[in-house]
Amino acid sequence: MTDQNFGDDEPWRRWGCDGGVSPVGSETRWRRWTAAISRFLKALTLGVAGLAIDAPPSFTQDFEAAEKTFKKCKACHDIGEGAKKKVGPVLNGLDGRIAASLEGFNYSKVFRKAGQDGLVWNRENLDAFLRKPREFIKGTRMNYAGLKDDEERSNLVLWLLHFSPDGSELAKSENQGKLLGEIAAAMEGDPAYGKYLSGECVTCHQLSGGDSSIPAITGWPKENFIHALYEYKTKVRKNPVMQTVTGRLEDEEMAALAAYFGSIPAQ
Amino acid sequence: MLMNRRRFLNASAAGVATLAMPAISFGQAKPRVVVVGGGAGGATAARYIAKDGGGGVDVTLIEASRRYYTCFFSNLYLGGFREYAAIGHDYDGLAVNHGINVVHDWASSVDTAGKKVMLASGASVDYDRLVLSPGIDMKYDSVPGYSVEAQDSMPHAWKSGTQVKLLKAQVEAMKEGGTFVMVPPPNPFRCPPGPYERISMIAHLFKQKNPTAKIIVLDPKPKFSKQGLFQEGWENHYPGMVEWISPDIHAGIKNVNSETLEIETDFDTFKADAASVVPGQKAGMIAHAAGVTDGDWAPIDPASMRSRADENIFVLGDASVAAAMPKSGFSANSQAKVCANAVLADVTDSKAFPARYANTCWSLIAANDGVKVGANYKAGNEKIEVVESFISKTGEDAALRKATYEESEGWYSGITADMFG
Repeated sequence: MTDQNFGDDEPWRRWGCDGGVSPVGSETRWRRWTAAISRFLKALTLGVAGLAIDAPPSFTQDFEAAEKTFKKCKACHDIGEGAKKKVGPVLNGLDGRIAASLEGFNYSKVFRKAGQDGLVWNRENLDAFLRKPREFIKGTRMNYAGLKDDEERSNLVLWLLHFSPDGSELAKSENQGKLLGEIAAAMEGDPAYGKYLSGECVTCHQLSGGDSSIPAITGWPKENFIHALYEYKTKVRKNPVMQTVTGRLEDEEMAALAAYFGSIPAQ
Repeated sequence: MLMNRRRFLNASAAGVATLAMPAISFGQAKPRVVVVGGGAGGATAARYIAKDGGGGVDVTLIEASRRYYTCFFSNLYLGGFREYAAIGHDYDGLAVNHGINVVHDWASSVDTAGKKVMLASGASVDYDRLVLSPGIDMKYDSVPGYSVEAQDSMPHAWKSGTQVKLLKAQVEAMKEGGTFVMVPPPNPFRCPPGPYERISMIAHLFKQKNPTAKIIVLDPKPKFSKQGLFQEGWENHYPGMVEWISPDIHAGIKNVNSETLEIETDFDTFKADAASVVPGQKAGMIAHAAGVTDGDWAPIDPASMRSRADENIFVLGDASVAAAMPKSGFSANSQAKVCANAVLADVTDSKAFPARYANTCWSLIAANDGVKVGANYKAGNEKIEVVESFISKTGEDAALRKATYEESEGWYSGITADMFG
């Protein structure tokens, strides 16, 4: 399969993954993209507040209980301010971190591969991993059978995800552990704000299309647009220009850009 | 003159327009914004003010050239990767698509009290807000022996157009096995990676047409932008051809002789068969004439690009003191949008959004070997500050370098559409 298989009427498909910049093959790209789509559809079925059938059960956050549970992990993992690597990597800043992406930690081959294939930690996949680690990442060196109790695991996941990359604790918020792009996708973007912000985009991306080496970004469905931005922000996609641009985009700004560019017909 | 015709049309519509417009324009039909300089800063600012002003602002762009040759990608023309015509652009789009009054004349001075720009032709243009984006002028005496006359035999080619054409002709006519000497400018200057991309492109030409030629770089600076990337590239693509000499070794340029093409340093005298000497730089003349400079450059408010010296004047691009932002076409284009937003908030009732700046500089080292450096920026209290930055890495694979070059081509189409479309 080559990139040319995609119709020109759906440019977000052709530019599905790396904007052509990453040296990954198109088949990998295609797999990654379909995985991204399915992740996204899953995010949609979850909705903003409700949790659907295949989502982790919803429990209230009990961080005290989670700290007790973490004692099982402590022998190999450190978390919080001043945390140091042990047998396992430091667990700060997990929310939105690409798997196996901490510098200076010698990850197993299977984890490195999972990271390269686009695994970005979020509430859903961290829960699945901790339920049966060896099933989720076959060949992981983590010597732990899994945490079967749904409530205990859910507490632990939310607690783990609330540590920022520098080890400080983020305020408990209802957004904690939401899926990639879910919050932004649920927002009504302000096209006027998006138009102002678009100044930063149109130095390279032409409003008239011009889908040659820099993709056209007009007329994309909101979900695709936001998901692509998130994948740059979390560095799943490799282009450093886009990583820098999205690095400072907040949810509201992504929604505004999606609304503005989505309102311009694809050329 | 186009301006007069448009003014007449505007005046005839004034009776209707004043009813809808706020009193800010003091009885004029529309607030008047004058932009001086039609490059990456000025053309973009004029276009965004006209476009986002929705017909409510009278925009005049003063630019001497009828056809503008971009400085960015002029190195690619030197290297044979672009035709000369392909880096030239006219102003028809700005006039036709956005109703901008494009005036081809020199802005010679500014009456800041009377808010008028004086033109070389003797005419003057009134403004409510003035945007100056004049680029750079050369400080010829920063290199001993260099002068306006010397630029014919040792072209700086640091403004695009005929100087770049001249340099290309001299490089191509250089004798077999000859020596090309480049003297890059001291900091701060337009396009930090530019001198080194130029060296790469000339080496690329020599490799094909004059493979025994040598390139000597007598740099006044001990280090330069993307140094590791360029030096790796020169090793890989042009082994033995490029010799970069740091001021630690040559100890300073003592004299350049435009007749003998000899460049004298404390260390040695270098005899060139062709040469490019790029002197130090300062803000374009009109910024000094308007009294908005402090030394060589014009200080600005980082939140709006408004001059520190005059609240009715904005300064963009190379001429401004943009602190962390390099002097580049991309930077000027980015600053122009922040400025346009602030100008429109001044003269209409539109909302001023917080300033966001960005820059990326792509450079071509050899065919399909592109590299880039970039960052985004925000308005700090005193100056523009970096938020996050990136740079290409040494040892990247060929596919990534090719993609980076292709990305730069896409960017060229994008930014020129954003300036002139």
